[in-house]
Amino acid sequence: MEEIKLQIKDLNVFFGEKQVLHQISLNIPANKVTAIIGPSGCGKSTLLRSINRMNDFFEGVKVEGEIIFDGNNIYAEDVDPVVIRRRIGMVFQMPNPFPKSIFENVAYGLRIQGWRSRKAIEEQVIKSLQAAALWDEVKDRLHSSAFDLSGGQQQRLCIARAIAVEPEILLMDEPASALDPIATARVEELIRSLIEKYTIVLVTHNMQEAARASDYTAFLLLGRLIEFGPTNQIFTKPQKKETEDYLTGRFG
Amino acid sequence: MKEGILKRRYLVQNIWFTIFWLSMILIAVILGLILYFILSRGIKVINWEFLTSVPRRGMTEGGIFPAIVGTFYLVLGSIVVSLPLGIFSAIYLIEYASPNRPVVKALRTAIHCLAGVPSVVFGLFGLAVFVKIFGFGVSILSGSLTLGIMSLPVVITSVEEALKAVPLSFREASLALGANKWTTIWRVVLPSSLPGILTGLILSVGRAAGETAPIMFTAAVFYARRLPQSIFDPAMALPYHIYGLMTEGTRPDKQVPLAYGTAVVLILLVIAVDFIAIYLRGKSRRTRKW
Repeated sequence: MEEIKLQIKDLNVFFGEKQVLHQISLNIPANKVTAIIGPSGCGKSTLLRSINRMNDFFEGVKVEGEIIFDGNNIYAEDVDPVVIRRRIGMVFQMPNPFPKSIFENVAYGLRIQGWRSRKAIEEQVIKSLQAAALWDEVKDRLHSSAFDLSGGQQQRLCIARAIAVEPEILLMDEPASALDPIATARVEELIRSLIEKYTIVLVTHNMQEAARASDYTAFLLLGRLIEFGPTNQIFTKPQKKETEDYLTGRFG
Repeated sequence: MKEGILKRRYLVQNIWFTIFWLSMILIAVILGLILYFILSRGIKVINWEFLTSVPRRGMTEGGIFPAIVGTFYLVLGSIVVSLPLGIFSAIYLIEYASPNRPVVKALRTAIHCLAGVPSVVFGLFGLAVFVKIFGFGVSILSGSLTLGIMSLPVVITSVEEALKAVPLSFREASLALGANKWTTIWRVVLPSSLPGILTGLILSVGRAAGETAPIMFTAAVFYARRLPQSIFDPAMALPYHIYGLMTEGTRPDKQVPLAYGTAVVLILLVIAVDFIAIYLRGKSRRTRKW
């Protein structure tokens, strides 16, 4: 069995009175891509945002259960969510670069960590842009606005920005859903190349994307985890009828 | 039958369109008349001397230089008062306060009420508090504080709008990188909203520059022999100068044209300030792509 990076134990999430996630238990293996799939509104994004405590910002949200990261429950009282988010990075559905230069976008995370040395920042920015497969396209215009990039380039910039602070886990919320097929292919390729260093959790409503890009797949339906296993097993021999029905397109 | 209904609908529509159009024209005409009358009566007295010299011979001759300087100081002072307070409270309301809490709702209502208080009431308040209780006397300081407080609701509201225009996704991106709330505000939200904040600020400046009542009891004098030397000196001011020329003079034949000339200067100043605001807003619309 592989090393487990993150353990979700009996997670319940409520928005006000409404329970959005029911008793989710899931082990995220290290240095793999774990895809979370399911129809719209099944709680995929909520589950993802529970992992770096981004749900904290919604009013009236209540979380029960535990998420064990590095031996500690990230919902324990003495845990500072800011530290968690620094160690668990996130890439969003819509590319959301800051209205700053390409360079400053990637340097942002370093600057807020208190990096001062210009040389060290520059090296880390270059390294991150290279890892995000964007360097060759932007190396001559690092100081032009991030908004001048195409959508696909912007998303890779956001990935570079996220990995610049060297998180241990990278959460991706449908990172390719707003991109065209060619840009999508590049992002998926990039995701595969990142698992050497990072553990990735990938939310997607695109089953082909999960099949192409992930090692493990979790299928969520109406806030419950229906099935979890190696991706090829889920896609070829699903154990549950709901999984099979979803994968064969009987509902979506 | 059906065609009749259709025709009638078009008729109704056309009548309403005409009413809307006429209202627009009426407003443009009123604006044009204001400008025409003020300019045609005032432009004669405006020359370099009028702008750069002090009033002479019981304010029947000379210029308005001290009033221009005084208005400049008062506006600057009111910015110093209203800008930090306005920005800080707008940040609190938008970024920190949860909108459903009763105390926050009460605060918002209070700000709206403040916006509705007549400006002469602010003047009386300034007289009672800054001039008398704090003992600042009739001075630029008292006037700036009074004008600043009067401008606060406008500043707060416009800063709030500017902050709200910053997309949530910028904040999320920053927070997800391990920034805390303040870092996010300082490094992402405020820089992105700066043009909007400036625009609001400038518009409120234009308003403060033209107010008479708040400075009437707190800062302004009809005639000062010298320019103010410190913030504890009273000052002349353009709107109050107009008021003085029209009400206190003994030689209306000479003073009324001077009042119109002063009004022209004031109008042109306010219009210039508004154009700066419009330029800034346009510029930020061109550069921002979210």
